[in-house]
Parts: sequence; structure tokens; C-alpha cells
Amino acid sequence: MRKHFKLFGDAPFFLFTKKYFISIWMIKPITFIGQRTILFFENTGAVFIMLGRTLRYLAHLWSNRQLVADQMMELGVRSIPLVLFVGVFAGAVASVQTAYQLEGYISYNYLGAATSVAIFIELGPVLTALVAAGRVGASMAAEIGTMKVTEQIDALESLAIDPIRYLAMPRILSGFVMIPVLTIFADLIGVLGAYAVAYINLNLPPEIFFGSVKEFFSLLNVFSGLIKAFFFGGITAIIGCYVGFSTTGGAEGVGQATIKAFVLSSALILLNDYLLSMILF
Amino acid sequence: MISIKNLHKNFDSKVVLRGVDLDIYDGERLVVVGRSGCGKSVLLKHILNLMQPDEGYILVDNIAIKKVQQKDLFFLRKQFGFLFQGAALFDSMTVEENIALPLYEHTDMQSEQINAKVAEKLDMVGLPGIQKLKPAELSGGMKKRVGLARAIIMDPKYILYDEPTTGLDPIMAANIDKLIIELSNKLNVTSIVVTHDLQSVSKIADRVVMLHRGQIIFSGNVEDLKKSKNEVVYQFVHAEAEGPIQPKPRKY
Ligand SMILES: Nc1ncnc2c1ncn2[C@@H]1O[C@H](COP(=O)(O)OP(=O)(O)O)[C@@H](O)[C@H]1O
Ligand SMILES: [Mg+2]
Repeated sequence: MRKHFKLFGDAPFFLFTKKYFISIWMIKPITFIGQRTILFFENTGAVFIMLGRTLRYLAHLWSNRQLVADQMMELGVRSIPLVLFVGVFAGAVASVQTAYQLEGYISYNYLGAATSVAIFIELGPVLTALVAAGRVGASMAAEIGTMKVTEQIDALESLAIDPIRYLAMPRILSGFVMIPVLTIFADLIGVLGAYAVAYINLNLPPEIFFGSVKEFFSLLNVFSGLIKAFFFGGITAIIGCYVGFSTTGGAEGVGQATIKAFVLSSALILLNDYLLSMILF
Repeated sequence: MISIKNLHKNFDSKVVLRGVDLDIYDGERLVVVGRSGCGKSVLLKHILNLMQPDEGYILVDNIAIKKVQQKDLFFLRKQFGFLFQGAALFDSMTVEENIALPLYEHTDMQSEQINAKVAEKLDMVGLPGIQKLKPAELSGGMKKRVGLARAIIMDPKYILYDEPTTGLDPIMAANIDKLIIELSNKLNVTSIVVTHDLQSVSKIADRVVMLHRGQIIFSGNVEDLKKSKNEVVYQFVHAEAEGPIQPKPRKY
């Protein structure tokens, strides 16, 4: 008994009477889990409603082209430096790792093939999307969240402008389109980074490295990577916008929304990476 | 005409409106007074369906605003100008872009026409030539006036003003009061003005209503307001610390 009591610190004894045990230690967690589950489904439903309304506005793409172009600029062009940086080092690390694993078993002549396939189907899309989740998803959540708590969203509504069309649609569309584009950049620069390391460490001639890249190159691999990137980009932007629109409570709320967007989209990217890998390969 | 019927609104357990009944007639200048936090801004937001009531409904020109489809809702909203208490300017845009946004979104006007119209409205609110500034570069009172210029850019039929003169110097405040009166006289705009400024009330109000504890407790002209025997109204009008209105909002 003594031991048992210690487990719960200095809790008063009545907490362990049968009646109280049932009411507090069991009911509370159950209602908590229940409420959380309802909230989860409510949110999931709301995300799909937002997505549905966004898709409807795709029919009016032409009249909103300026908004879309601005967001593509913002999301795509401004992310390039970061994506290139990540691409180079991801490629370099992939190259070192692969070389280490091939050592003594398989000729380094296949280094290019092994590294580039890893970059095309996995590292390019996932790292690009994760970096974008940090940069783009969080900034969407912060921007829309700030607009929400300072009544700018209400102001849009009062001017008969739908925030879903004006804010969400251009961002979500850019997410779907630009993350694959950025992934292509990351793929290219990643292979170059991989070769740079192979050259420095192993003195591998370019004909051998790129020869094997070419020999084992399959458009299908690149495509499946881009399909992943398409979904990751969409997820990042949808989460960023949704979390932004649900922000409440001033500057603190905006900070929390930013974190939430980053955590949620990163988690969903990794989860979907697993699901898509199973479907695609 | 706007009819507010039995409007109730809670935020979680907090009761804000509990049965507001109010008719606003065409061309009228209605002033809503009441102490801070009594739900004046919440009431205004319900009129544009920016908030949805828990109970009750609002008719705008006999259309129940909470029931309509988005397209019709936007059609109704285009007839409204809303000056937000905090101005709610888009801070990524310049003053000019803020004011011109509804014109670019809803009309086929060319940019020269739009620029001319923006300049005209900025003149009306006493801020000529600030087109290129960003909201962050403006004082509170200037933001308010830019917000007002944005609210009237579409020449609305109804204008809702949430504390239009708060934060302005007395002279500027008098100018805004004059503008409110001009707009309603010249263009037959229906105005709903939320204010604490009793001087403004005397100048602009055709009719005053007082919101207290979630209900309309007074309705009448300025004379009636000043002569009212109702303790709450008396305390408010005479700005006395002692009286039925407590510094801390009571729970009900
Ligand atoms: N979005 C909201 N969420 C929760 N509470 C709110 C919200 N908007 C207003 N309130 C509460 O409603 C009450 C009335 O607010 P408001 O209408 O802004 O007062 P005022 O009469 O000063 O304009 C306040 O107590 C405020 O805390
Ligand atoms: Mg207010």
C-alpha cells in the first residue's frame, strides 16, 4: 500500500476510494479522449470543406491569376536558396553514406546510380517539403493568423471578398505546383552535390558517376518523387491556411498557430511519405 | 430597412446579447451607446453575418441574412460599408490598395477612374495624398479614417461605424461627424454609429439606443436620452462613477 501511495505522490487518500476512482481517474480521460476525437473529426471535416471550396474557385483561375502568380513567386522563388542549400548537402550526405555501404561489396561504379535513385524518389521530395513546411506552411499560418486576429479576415468578408478565394486558393494551388518544381531543383543540385563528394573523397571520374546515373535513370522514379512532392506541397499549404484561419487570441495565438502548422504538416508529410511509398512502389 | 429580432449571442459560457430587438429605418442615423464590452461591436458584426447568432435573426431589406447562400450574402454585403473599431486595414497593402480593393474586385473600372475615386474619398476623410503609405506608417486616427474611406468607396446604402471618432482630436472628430451627416443627407445612406462620444451623439443622432446587459434598454431622441429617468441611462449620460453600472461587469 505504501508503495502504491508513493506512486501518486502526496495525493490524499480519498482519491483512491472506488467511487472517486471511477469518476476522476477513469471518466476524465475517457471524456478527454472522446472530446479530442470529436475535435479531430471536426477539424478533418473542416479541412476538406475548405479544400472543396478552394477547388471550386479553380474554375475562376483566370480572373485570379495575379493573386496566384504572386503566391507562386513568394512560395517558389523565395524558397529556392534554401532548397538549393538543402539539396547540395542532402546529396553530399547521401553520397558519403552510400559509398560507405558499398565499400568492399560493390564497385563504386554504381555509386551514382544508388545515390541518384535515393535522391529522386525520397530525399528530394521529402526534404524539400519539410523545408517548405518550415518556411512556407508556417509563414502562411502566421500571415493568415495575424489577419484573423486583427479582423482583416472579417474586413475581407465585409467587402464581399471570400477569404478562401482571395487567400487560400492561391496559396494552396502554389503549394501543389511549386513544391514539385522546387523538388526538381533539389534533385538536380542534389546529384551535383553527390558527385562533388564522390570526386573529392573517391576521386571518381565524372564519366563513371554520371554514366551510372544515366544507365539506371528511370523517368518513373523521378515522376513518383514528383507525385509525392505534389501531395506534400498541397498538404503543407492546406494545413498552413487552415491553421491560419482557425487562429484565435492575439499574438500568442499566432505564435501557437505557427508551431502547430509546422508540426502538423511535418507529421503529415512523413505519414503520407510512407503511404505513398507503399502505393507507388 | 434592417430588423434585428430577438438576437442572442454567447461566447462559451459568456452571455453577450440576450434578446436584442431593433429596427433601423431607411435614411435614419441611429446611434448605439453602451459601456465598453457590452456587445456593441458584436451586434454590428451580426448585421453583416460576420458572426452568427445563437438565437434570433436579422432581416436586411426583408432577407434573412443568416439563411442566404454565399452569392446572395455577398450581394447584400456590397450594399454595406463597415468601419471596424480597429480599422482592420490590410497591412500588406498600401493605403491606396486598401481603399481600391473592392473596386478592383467588384467593378470593371479602369485604374485611372479608380485612382480618382480613391483620391476623392481620401479628401473626404481629410487625408489627401497619403496613397502610397503603408498602414504601419499611420497613426491610430489616420488608420480609422482610411478605414472609413475604404468603407464608403463602393457608395454603400448602409454604413456601420464602430467608434468612428475614438482616438481623433476634437477638431478631426467634428469633421468626421460632419462627414457622417453629409453622407446620410446627400446620399440618403442609412447609418448605424457606435460611439462613446456624447458630443457626437448630440450632433449626429436621429435616434439613440442604449445597449445594456445584452438588451436595448433605451430608445429615443437625444432630448429623451438626456432627460431619461432610467438610472442606467442617467449614470451613462452624466458620466458618473456611482450608480447601477458597476466597474466590473456582473455575471448574468
Ligand atoms: N470573438 C470573440 N470571442 C469571444 N468573446 C468575444 C469575441 N468578441 C467579443 N467577445 C466578448 O464579447 C463582449 C462584447 O464585446 P464587444 O462587442 O467588442 O464590446 P463593445 O461594446 O465594447 O464593442 C466582450 O466581453 C468580449 O470579450
Ligand atoms: Mg467595440
